[in-house]
Amino acid sequence: MRITQGTFSYLPDFTDDQIEAQVQYCLDNGWPLLIEYTDDPHPRNILWEMWGMPMFDIKDPTAIMLELNACRKTLPRHYIRISGYDRSLGRASTMLSIIVNRPPEEPGFHLEREGGPDRQMRYTLRSYAADKPSGERYQ
Amino acid sequence: MALLTPNAATTPHNVATSNNKKSRWSAGVAPYAEMGYYNPDYEPKGTDILCAFRFVPQDGVEPTEAAAAVAGESSTATWTVVWTDRLTAHEHFQAKCYNVVPVPGSDQYIAYIAYALDLFEEGSIANLTSSIIGNVFGFKPLKSLRLEDMRIPLHYTMTFQGPAHGIVMEREYLNKYGRPLLGATTKPKLGLSARNYGRVVYEALKGGLDFVKDDENVNSQAFMRWRDRYLFCMEAVNKAESMTGEIKGHYLNVTAATMEDMYERASFAKELGSVIVMVDLTVGYTAIQSMAKWCRANGLILHLHRAGHGTYTRQKTHGVSFRVIAKWMRLAGVDHLHAGTVVGKLEGDPNAVRGYYSTLRSAKLEPDPTLGLYFEQDWGQMPGVMPVASGGIHAGQIHQLLHYLGEDVVLQFGGGTIGHPSGIADGATANRVAVEAMIQARNEGRDYLAEGPDILAAASRNSPALRAALEVWKDVTFDYTSTDTPDAVVTPTA
Repeated sequence: MRITQGTFSYLPDFTDDQIEAQVQYCLDNGWPLLIEYTDDPHPRNILWEMWGMPMFDIKDPTAIMLELNACRKTLPRHYIRISGYDRSLGRASTMLSIIVNRPPEEPGFHLEREGGPDRQMRYTLRSYAADKPSGERYQ
Repeated sequence: MALLTPNAATTPHNVATSNNKKSRWSAGVAPYAEMGYYNPDYEPKGTDILCAFRFVPQDGVEPTEAAAAVAGESSTATWTVVWTDRLTAHEHFQAKCYNVVPVPGSDQYIAYIAYALDLFEEGSIANLTSSIIGNVFGFKPLKSLRLEDMRIPLHYTMTFQGPAHGIVMEREYLNKYGRPLLGATTKPKLGLSARNYGRVVYEALKGGLDFVKDDENVNSQAFMRWRDRYLFCMEAVNKAESMTGEIKGHYLNVTAATMEDMYERASFAKELGSVIVMVDLTVGYTAIQSMAKWCRANGLILHLHRAGHGTYTRQKTHGVSFRVIAKWMRLAGVDHLHAGTVVGKLEGDPNAVRGYYSTLRSAKLEPDPTLGLYFEQDWGQMPGVMPVASGGIHAGQIHQLLHYLGEDVVLQFGGGTIGHPSGIADGATANRVAVEAMIQARNEGRDYLAEGPDILAAASRNSPALRAALEVWKDVTFDYTSTDTPDAVVTPTA
């Protein structure tokens, strides 16, 4: 399966040029970029690990792409996303978030159903990959 | 001249002549304008609530007197002089019409009226509307009346809860950024069994939509009781989440006959883990405020369907403009509100719709007659409401939708998803591919409005689902003249 979180998951994976164009769009809006990675793709896993600090002061898209490629080189089998952030009053939130690296195989999720009374069902979503300890997934 | 009975002021005790004005407090009927309800010298205070009313006076009635009557009847006045006014600070409590302006090329006028903040109860839409639109619309000396816009001062805004979560929190809750959200209303809206209904929800969410929605009249009929619907829909939502790794939602409509029923349904939706519930505008302002409070307390997003609004918003000479309803609903505390599509099947002039969207989303607005905005409006830090565009839209219009409606919007393609020739999931995928491709192009700096069809054609080369959608709906447009257009100044409207 293909996890479809992020702004552009229904399009073919972006080339580096296409990613850089989106980075430029963020910079043009004054949004700093942040690179994060994870091996737990649960949709409610909000806190992916930060690849360094948000790049508040880097305004050059080439430098940001260098940073991104360093992350990819170190963690080729992780999910990696790059996000633009708007600090302005009333927003203070992510404005764009692109998955720019995926594990070669995405085994997907197990939907666990726990039957309750009155035909009610309790649902739990569990990533197959997350059955293994962090760091040993997607090997 | 008084409005009701021009000669009523002539009594044995008070003989009024044209050059001998009677006392303000003489018993009998006096012109509203002379009772202080028309005051062209009045300078509105920052704390006043301001209203713009469009009206047509009956023949022979002076526009200023008609406007003063609107101010009077929507605040302290009755049809005759009452001495008990003298027990109050009546100059403070009476509303003041401070300007009357003719509408170019018509028999209509706009009356600007100021109301003191103290006329209204804190945080109550019911109280606000019982004053402003309570009695006055049936007033005989007016041929027609319409509330066009209101300026709600920040002092009053701050007494309302506002959106249970708002646009930013909703996006963070759903973990979805940078593009319009996508939805669909289950079709046919009436008659499906709960099980089949769940099938439609599942296919649409699995295919790429973020939300599916109950329609306004899906409540709890014999063919599908609410509890059964909720159970099958939540199976669909959870299964679609497992197939995509994304958070999904179905607007479970909790609209019912009583608040007790609505709370029961909303609580069950919460127990089942739904991220969102919905109500219809028909439940009334107080019920909406109650649900907004409940949703804030219980962590569910509140979707509002504007069912019934067309009965009083559409005609230019009667009722309440939708931009006013939009303001009230932001105060009342909904997270989603249907606000027009421009290009779809339902009424909506492009400029007027832009005005509604700005009203729902912006923090601060300046007056802009071209958008139908008569006043400035300061929302402070009250969160924005996510506008919803629904009704006769499809993937082939994405460039226009993005241009007119922007990014913080839910685009709802009911027929445009479920009517797809190769199935509901493909219909959903087509919409998702189209919107992502258009956002990509916009961010790359392309003139996406002009190049829209090319951008979609290029995206469809990687997406058979989008290709099929474009083929089926390529010529579908709803190009009719709008009824409700901004005209207080002469402006071009599409």
